[in-house]
Amino acid sequence: MATMTIAKAINEGLRASLTNNPKSLLMGEDIGHLGGVYRVTDGLIKEFGDERVVDTPLAESGIVGTAIGLALRGYSPVCEIQFDGFVYPAFNQITTQLAKIHSRSLGKLTVPVVIRIPYGGGIGSIEHHSESPEALFAHTAGLRIISPSNAHDAYWMIQKAIECQDPVIFFEPKRRYWLKGEVDVENAGLSEDPFKAHVVREGTDATIVAYGPLVPVALAAANAATEDGRSVEVIDLRSISPLDFDTVEASVKKTGRLIVAHEAPTFGGIGGEIAARISERAFLHLEAPVIRVGGFHMPYPVAKVEEDYLPDIDKILEALDRSLSY
Amino acid sequence: MGSTQLPPGTEESLAATTAAAAAPGEPVEMVQLLGPDGKLGSDPVFSDYAKRIDPEKLRVFYTDMARIRRFDQEATALQRQGELALWVPLTGQEAAQIGSGHASQSQDYIFPTYREHGVALVRNVDLSELLKQFRGVSNGGWDPRENNFHLYTLVLAAQTLHAVGYAMGIQRDQKFAAASDSTDPKAAVIAYFGDGASSEGDVHESMVFAASYNAPVVFFCQNNHWAISVPTEVQTKVPLANRAKGYGFPGLRVDGNDVIAVHAVTEWALEHAREGRGPVLIEAYTYRVGAHTTADDPTKYRESAEEAAWREKDPLDRLEKYLRAEGLADEAFFDQVKADGDELAKYVRSTTHGLEVPDIREAFASVYAEQHPLIAEELAWFEEYSAGFESDQEAAN
Repeated sequence: MATMTIAKAINEGLRASLTNNPKSLLMGEDIGHLGGVYRVTDGLIKEFGDERVVDTPLAESGIVGTAIGLALRGYSPVCEIQFDGFVYPAFNQITTQLAKIHSRSLGKLTVPVVIRIPYGGGIGSIEHHSESPEALFAHTAGLRIISPSNAHDAYWMIQKAIECQDPVIFFEPKRRYWLKGEVDVENAGLSEDPFKAHVVREGTDATIVAYGPLVPVALAAANAATEDGRSVEVIDLRSISPLDFDTVEASVKKTGRLIVAHEAPTFGGIGGEIAARISERAFLHLEAPVIRVGGFHMPYPVAKVEEDYLPDIDKILEALDRSLSY
Repeated sequence: MGSTQLPPGTEESLAATTAAAAAPGEPVEMVQLLGPDGKLGSDPVFSDYAKRIDPEKLRVFYTDMARIRRFDQEATALQRQGELALWVPLTGQEAAQIGSGHASQSQDYIFPTYREHGVALVRNVDLSELLKQFRGVSNGGWDPRENNFHLYTLVLAAQTLHAVGYAMGIQRDQKFAAASDSTDPKAAVIAYFGDGASSEGDVHESMVFAASYNAPVVFFCQNNHWAISVPTEVQTKVPLANRAKGYGFPGLRVDGNDVIAVHAVTEWALEHAREGRGPVLIEAYTYRVGAHTTADDPTKYRESAEEAAWREKDPLDRLEKYLRAEGLADEAFFDQVKADGDELAKYVRSTTHGLEVPDIREAFASVYAEQHPLIAEELAWFEEYSAGFESDQEAAN
């Protein structure tokens, strides 16, 4: 067991993959000598050299497009997009190319590219540095999308993402980069499935589903609810695509109430998909409508008011009250 | 141009012929060996490369150009008869494609656009497989690994980045190979694109990456003068070959209707790339004689006089003149080429009719490489839904 931050856990996970898989390589802006703007790749260039930890030109489409070519040649590239709001220049390569190559070649070609994206708000940052664009990618078949919420998961999930033969977008909760946790490096969970949700807190009265940066918030809300005598279950989705509806369904059949929280705007977000699926699968078990807690339908607001925008403990508790009093 | 990057003795003369020597906006020199009159000229650098082409090879060039033109006619006819949803004709660009395709070696990897039927022919792709996409039975059609010929890419210029990434992989492979004393031949990549696609940002990014990493890639731009209805002048104010100078690698314009020059220039560029001297941009100056696709009408946007002028520069006619004048091919040869072309057309027509319509289960099966619960769930739903119709039918019977 070792205590480390999420950023360090990803760093260690990348180190393990680079060590175990000689065909893996990292590429992105400032990931070499600087170690990335969040230092997630700190020290790796020294250890593995600039052919495997590649400082690229400042061009996101170029990063993903060349990663596709490297994958076609048998490599496992791990791209870093510096910030969530800067992924859009690569949107074409990700959605029209990366997501479709396996399909259009009828499985003859695989493109095991991983795209790491620090995402989400809450760090007082400037425009384009606080967004949660996961739904845009979840809507594209051919991609897998996962997001860890703690250091241990970050360590093994990044390794599983690199092993996966499908393209994986790995959303890193940037405001939790410095959140410390125990990482069991020896028993790293490499037999676990990163595309399965995880019940992180058991309860009987309601279920809160969250992922990435909001898992600690959901847990805090669940703990606060115990003061009112409520027993709340919390599910960390881990994977946004595929989405583990079975685990959510089983929980809802037990609790009868569901709240879904994410930073991304509620409209057209993952919460809507979960609400729809669960209403199909567990309609008669629901004691209240599924309630979503998410961002407003607006560009991510200026940092000084982002607290009003972001789901927090109070907003989740308010949703919980609405659900329980329905 | 770099000082030690060229074969000995060629640097000065090459500098005179490459676009890198021309200032922006200046008319660029064009490498040409076989003129429209069928006379073979000379070039200080590329004549040496042209000398490698023996008479038998020239006859193969002619045969392939004639075959692919005949194929193009047949595919156009198939579209007119409703057998294909769309066709993308290549007529006029045979020399650019057959010449460059023959300059590649089997270990080289090719990233085509959607019009490189001639290159596909040279790379031994079954031509009926090319038609699958246009008949609506596949989004790909062939196994790219068999002939190192990638699937067509329809999103303009996206493949230029894949080509550079692939070339970066080749560079890394060479290090692995050096460590294991491998004797595998060195490889390079060709990225095809057109004058229209040259405006796409991905072309810019691909050239930046290729230059930065000195990637073994040849950018082969067929300037066919028209991006559907928009002329090249809207895409660029300088000869496209000149753009290479801005990225720091050689760029040259070649007469794209001169199969000998195209072959010579591409062979040089591929050697340059394979030997680790970095990327090259080739602008093959040619003309799309037909429509962009069977869905447009060139009479709406260009003058027939322009088309007529380019027909005078036809790539097949000039090689035929040369072969006849030099006594390298007789009437029997040309008769045979025509007969072979008709045979190919017959084959393509009959196999097109026979192209199997896939089952949508194939699509379910290929979205992901690994198990995916949503795919399984939706497929199960579809099976149940379909079975409902079958049992209805059984009941009706």
